[in-house]
Amino acid sequence: MEHQVDTTSFAMWLFLVTEIMFFGGLFCSYLIFRNWYYPAFVAASHQLSIKEGTANTAVLIVSSFTMPMGVWCAETRRKGALVLCLCLTFVLGLVFLGIKYDEYHEKYEKHHVPSWHYSTKAFTDPASDPEVHKAYPDDKPLPLDMARHTEVYFGLYFAMTGMHALHMIIGISILGFMIFRARAGAYTNGHVTFVNNFGLYWHFVDIVWIFLYPLLYLISRHA
Amino acid sequence: MSTDTVVRLPDQSTARIPKVNFITKENGLLSWLLTGDHKRIATLYLISITFFFAIGGALAGLIRLELLTPQSDLMSTDTYNKVFSMHGIIMVFLFLVPSIPATLGNFLMPLMIGAKDLALPKINLLSWYLYVIAGFMILYSMMTGGVDTGWTFTVPLSTHYVNTNVITTGLAIFVAGFSSVFTGLNFIVTIHKMRAPGMTWFRLPLFVWSNYAASILMVLGTPVLAITLVLVILERAFGIGVFDPAKGGDPILFQHLFWFYSHPAVYIMILPGMGVISEVISTFSRKRVFGYTAVAFSSVAIAVFAFFVWEHHMFIMGVSNYSTLVFSLLTMLVAVPSAIKIFNWSFTLYKGSITFETPMLYSFGFMGLFTIGGLTGVFLASTGTDIHLTETYFIVAHFHFVMVGGMLMAFLSGIHFWWPKWTGRMYPEKISQLAALITFIGFNLTFFPQFILGMLGMPRRYAAYPPEFQVLNVFSTAGATILGIGYLLPILYLTWSLKYGEIAGDNPWQATGLEWQIQSPPLTENFPEIPIVDYEAYDYEWLERKEKEVTRVG
Amino acid sequence: MSVHNDSHAMQPHGGTGHDHDANEQDVHDSLNHIVSPVVYITIAGILLVMTAVTAAVSFVDLGVFNAVVALFIACFKASLVVLFFMHVKYSSKLTKLTLFSGLFLFGVLIALTLSDYTTRAWGRW
Repeated sequence: MEHQVDTTSFAMWLFLVTEIMFFGGLFCSYLIFRNWYYPAFVAASHQLSIKEGTANTAVLIVSSFTMPMGVWCAETRRKGALVLCLCLTFVLGLVFLGIKYDEYHEKYEKHHVPSWHYSTKAFTDPASDPEVHKAYPDDKPLPLDMARHTEVYFGLYFAMTGMHALHMIIGISILGFMIFRARAGAYTNGHVTFVNNFGLYWHFVDIVWIFLYPLLYLISRHA
Repeated sequence: MSTDTVVRLPDQSTARIPKVNFITKENGLLSWLLTGDHKRIATLYLISITFFFAIGGALAGLIRLELLTPQSDLMSTDTYNKVFSMHGIIMVFLFLVPSIPATLGNFLMPLMIGAKDLALPKINLLSWYLYVIAGFMILYSMMTGGVDTGWTFTVPLSTHYVNTNVITTGLAIFVAGFSSVFTGLNFIVTIHKMRAPGMTWFRLPLFVWSNYAASILMVLGTPVLAITLVLVILERAFGIGVFDPAKGGDPILFQHLFWFYSHPAVYIMILPGMGVISEVISTFSRKRVFGYTAVAFSSVAIAVFAFFVWEHHMFIMGVSNYSTLVFSLLTMLVAVPSAIKIFNWSFTLYKGSITFETPMLYSFGFMGLFTIGGLTGVFLASTGTDIHLTETYFIVAHFHFVMVGGMLMAFLSGIHFWWPKWTGRMYPEKISQLAALITFIGFNLTFFPQFILGMLGMPRRYAAYPPEFQVLNVFSTAGATILGIGYLLPILYLTWSLKYGEIAGDNPWQATGLEWQIQSPPLTENFPEIPIVDYEAYDYEWLERKEKEVTRVG
Repeated sequence: MSVHNDSHAMQPHGGTGHDHDANEQDVHDSLNHIVSPVVYITIAGILLVMTAVTAAVSFVDLGVFNAVVALFIACFKASLVVLFFMHVKYSSKLTKLTLFSGLFLFGVLIALTLSDYTTRAWGRW
């Protein structure tokens, strides 16, 4: 039994290592373009809502708490509590996606989706965007070529958070399946491996966000 | 005690195909399509890989036909671009990367370590299905226009300038990548967790070490290819700008990310082949592999160093000169472990009792041709010579020497070596030796002129070329025809042998190794009881002593 | 080196008739360690506090150190998740080695790619 736990945990860790390399390519790209186009990245990141970003981070951290609590419930054979923990994690995941959707929608409305009627107006003329301009009055207008590089920022923003959101969706779907199985007692009879290994996956997705948050939202918010 | 069980030498003349084996255990298509048995999955892979190899080979034939004449007269240049691109994509992703790991590795890994199956049989089956899906997607892409960017998908050509099926093919390779990752993952978990009692790391056959090293590369490297393809697809479909110079993107970034996988990929392709060579050379020289530890560690060293050298594919692309220095040095270093292996195999042969069965012929071919290919790699590692030789036929010859002269020969060596174990039947020896010879001659005639062509300056990926290069091209095409025959013959006689081949018995080669202790073909559960290992690998000296003592064992 | 003779091969989950540990009350990690909820709550609290800190620091002008501090805090948070939530602190050497190799390779990707980008401007020799 222990051997079986070992084996599948090891397999899940190997899978997570592949995910490190998968997201690693995106982080590498981000690093290079942030270096090259720092002013564009700063201006573009001011367009992201720090409230929603921080809220999302908090949501994921709490879900990263409810998940190992679920594992503990499974290990100590508390079926009802396990189902509760899994449901909370599920709901928190949905909340995250909901906030993300709201952010994406806002980007779409402001014409900050790459190639989709992309507009650099907010960067060449900060006054045209009163909401952001009020928060960051010292933001100078960018020259046109640097303003165009904000499109690369948003390209990476959508690629990175989109890939992260895709992983969240997969995780939430598996959570749904697990809630169903947990109610039937599948994980409180000694076989916690599935919950444990899913927990590893969920934490990994959280860690990716822990890095995305400062890199995308907190580039330079000082006045 | 158990020293008696090191090698059983049953009498071959009374051998019969066992009634119950993994092939006869269950019948019906579904029992094959939903199997968890690693041997059945290996068989499924063997059939599908051969199918795609045939398609890739046909495309190669078309390339060589076109290059008979200096003009682009057989097909338009656009079509030619598609032909060599599809040839590369199919051969690299659908043949070379999965070939030995998915067929021989899947079949032999549990047998060699004394396990009943791989650690994750369902994932193994999933790997095969992903491979087949990827294959179908590529076929679909081919039939609806193909890609013409070369197998390297260089941007911004692939993202902004062509109107071919880049996205479909990119997705197909993404799926194939997952197939590869899951196979590698399975192998790593199996080797760590499922060795038989007494099978320590340093008693493992070197085939296992090589596949372990290749699996590390598969697991760690392939995801970077996956994200690169995702970025290409996003760039092409949504114009995110990361590779678009007009938006400030950097095409070189694509190349960094692409080659970060694709260089380790070539080691994914060659390492399992090297594992086969270790097994075959020791068996047919009746000697243990010289310097077991060195060969084992060199496999891992190749795997580690493989990740440090990718920029040597980009020396002329506009990278900084200082980084080319660093990567040039690292590339020279990565040649060292490969050379260590060649030396060790040579010393294994020295004072061995060498016989020239077909697997051994292919292994000799491997040693010679891989050495040539590898040495020309050192020419290319040096930046000064690389800027003249890159993007010419020198590169084409270099990688075909290591991949076809090396890897494909190793694959054929392994297929012939383990054919008796897999099917219970021997292949026909004389015709297979002939086929090996034909392959060797055809190969050299095809690819050696290409080294010269490259040095003379003929660029690669061109349908039309200056007339002074025609003679060498004609030699190359003639060789390709012979090579084609050399590859067709095994497909024919191996299929023939399934029904008419001589019955093999458990251990026709009198080889050491756990896989030779069980029946041919093996039972579904491999071992009637889990073996206990208390002897070293390749104990041929023991065998020599014992041979004088052993009488007929039934 | 444990041996299993089951022909039923290793599966991630199963509610079928395996009752090897029917007598055990609790099922343990691979290293027989159940982490208590107190640890989880503490770590979660620290993570939330560090999130607030990192958000606040971004409003202060530290020049180039903004990025350094932000990444440092992110690495700290990630380490807590890895060590405690993912149980790496209580895991085998193999798990630690696997994780390390992934991080190491990620580092290689970044470092060697940067070796090109940062030295391009140095010009030709």
